[in-house]
Amino acid sequence: MSRTDLGMPTFPQAARVSTKDAGLRANLTHATHTIRAKRAAAVAELPDWPRLRAAGAAVKDHTLRHLDHYLLQLEQAVTQAGGTVHWATTAEEANRITADIIKATGETEVVKVKSMATQETGLNEALAHHGITAYETDLAELIVQLGDDKPSHILVPAIHKNRTEIRDIFTRTMAAWGRPAPDDLHDTPAELAEAARLHLREKFLRAKVAVSGANFMIAETGTLVVVESEGNGRMCLTLPDTLISIVGIEKTIPTFRDLDILLQTLPRSSTAERMNPYTTMWTGTTPHDGPRNFHLVLLDNGRTDTLADTTGRQALRCIRCSACLNVCPVYERAGGHAYGSAYPGPIGAILTPQLRGTSTPLDASLPYASTLCGACYDVCPVAIDIPEILVHLRERVADQKDGHRAERTAMKAATWLLDHPAALSATERAASATRRLHPNRLPVPGPGKAWSDARDLPDVAAESFRAGWKKARGARTGTGTGTGTGTNEPKHDKDKDTPR
Amino acid sequence: MRVALFVTCVNDALYPDTGWATVRLLERLGVEVDFPEAQTCCGQPQFNTGYRRETEPLVRRMARAFDGYDYVVTPSGSCAAMVRDNYPRIGDKALAEGRGSELADAAASLRGRMLELTEFLVDVLQVTDVGAYFPHTVTYHPSCHGLRMLGLGERPRRLLQAVRGLELRELEGAEECCGFGGTFAVKNPDVSVAMGRDKVRHALDTGARVLCAADNSCLTHLDGILRREAAPLHSLHIAEILASTEEEPFTPRPARGGGTSAGPSSARPTTSTAARSRS
Repeated sequence: MSRTDLGMPTFPQAARVSTKDAGLRANLTHATHTIRAKRAAAVAELPDWPRLRAAGAAVKDHTLRHLDHYLLQLEQAVTQAGGTVHWATTAEEANRITADIIKATGETEVVKVKSMATQETGLNEALAHHGITAYETDLAELIVQLGDDKPSHILVPAIHKNRTEIRDIFTRTMAAWGRPAPDDLHDTPAELAEAARLHLREKFLRAKVAVSGANFMIAETGTLVVVESEGNGRMCLTLPDTLISIVGIEKTIPTFRDLDILLQTLPRSSTAERMNPYTTMWTGTTPHDGPRNFHLVLLDNGRTDTLADTTGRQALRCIRCSACLNVCPVYERAGGHAYGSAYPGPIGAILTPQLRGTSTPLDASLPYASTLCGACYDVCPVAIDIPEILVHLRERVADQKDGHRAERTAMKAATWLLDHPAALSATERAASATRRLHPNRLPVPGPGKAWSDARDLPDVAAESFRAGWKKARGARTGTGTGTGTGTNEPKHDKDKDTPR
Repeated sequence: MRVALFVTCVNDALYPDTGWATVRLLERLGVEVDFPEAQTCCGQPQFNTGYRRETEPLVRRMARAFDGYDYVVTPSGSCAAMVRDNYPRIGDKALAEGRGSELADAAASLRGRMLELTEFLVDVLQVTDVGAYFPHTVTYHPSCHGLRMLGLGERPRRLLQAVRGLELRELEGAEECCGFGGTFAVKNPDVSVAMGRDKVRHALDTGARVLCAADNSCLTHLDGILRREAAPLHSLHIAEILASTEEEPFTPRPARGGGTSAGPSSARPTTSTAARSRS
């Protein structure tokens, strides 16, 4: 992943600002809680959900283990069907290949199907450098593009905007991009959708080139699949002469039958629908139907490296449903922009540091952007153990030469203390003896201040459990080597022994 | 049955009352409890922050300390989950790094014997009515690791519902994380506090006098917010509620100032203050 935004604030720095944005918090809480409840109901309808989930994970795991084989099979099938396959190792390469194809058509405008891969590579900005304008046609992506904003959610890029804000964006900027918004535009969903529909229709009818991603690529047949809710994607996939699809190599699945499983789990997980409204599939080119030229750009951009990590590779199972974002309490408070990547939320916290590496402060902060509560793992339709990978990546970050030196020293010291119970007892005794001097707040910068800016520090007990036990019962419990002698001891006198 | 108490480092230093309540409760139910003094900490703070190698001596220590016991019972869902879920991973990684099977064996030795308190009560002792008496309104926060990693399910709530005098109030968004998350609380303080404040708000909305959980680490965070905001709600570990009886009712430990529960900042209910309804 090349779009490492150098100088982007770390996650905690960005979250410091976003958690204080009451409007953003309200928009996110409302949206995530609504979809969260709907998803739970849609999933509960299926009696075999755990089996579907396991099957989906198994399909993706199998494909990832044999990805070299399936990618070659895919290339062959796409080529046989009249398409052209390009291999891109990096984001820059994918963008350059795409720009070259567009320039060869002589066009300077393209319409786009909502695509995470092109967000990842920063395609729109790259095309702009070549004098090519990319028009987003997904409603939410359109809102983000018109607002000169960045997406903050995988599925609902404008989740952070409410209706009034969207109305204002349309009124202010639509004219500069094409058909202006109606003069008396209200913020009702119907009026907003109609304004977008009329604005986009011009684009669809004029465009000669379209750019898309894909949700799945079927190796057996060379078929690409896009699932969507609005039908705008289908307009782009069928009307223009040239279609360029930029797809991460991990989107491959072996056969049509495998699609059956994932088309059941994806819509329910993402939009809480039994079936998404539009499923478009295309295989190469077909005379007199759809685009005459089809190019598939297979994007690596860090995926092969991720594949080499036996723990981290689970992340490549992701089918981009965004269920993990919608249940994540951290995402809900911090917002998507705090993750500084096309992939926010729990999946972003494990995917971005793997694709991009952990060398920048932002990327190194992402594995820590979670309480490890496990809600993301529970809802994941392909059972990615996100908490496990977060901890795994934290180890990678902690092992880096720069940074974390003080923390490692502290952790080593803690381990030493905890591996020497006598020293631990002495420390606890000292803490207990001075407990009345301990403040509720710590003004010195550091973990203590971070804790106590908004929370009281806990009291130290007058006597540790360890000390109390030794005093009350120490004579009975032997040496503390672990071979307890309790079972042969007489019943103790509770009132006498309990130190109250 | 030889049962060892794993009190955990947090309870040892900050919440010894939870340890004693666990001992009283188990002994009342006829269990002989031992406290192997070689125990210290399960290593969760180190492991979850990315210091796996620093965790290894503690894995060995835990295995040694609790060798020979039928069950190890702990009043902490997250520590039990650490031993059950993460110890095998630590062992596997040590094996993969070519360091023999010693650590993997140590990690595996505890896996089937480490039980969280409510699990031990319901699954092993097969009781839900532990003979407790606690005449107060209570709301229960199911801590994430107990809820999702251990799958405690309804066990804690069933135990609470069987307590005489206790009125259990439903907590909105109960299954959502409180925002503690170990070192998350200091690495991401703003998100942590935002989550904690929402949890506290939901708890206050129940009108209950006591906010209860099976994990004192979550309660440290929530209690810190409650005390800072002088909120009329007391945090309490479930063991202290289950240990409370008519003959031996819950009594608060001395507060920082030396007296017992002198004011709202002490955050420990006396029987009389907790009995007052929230106005």
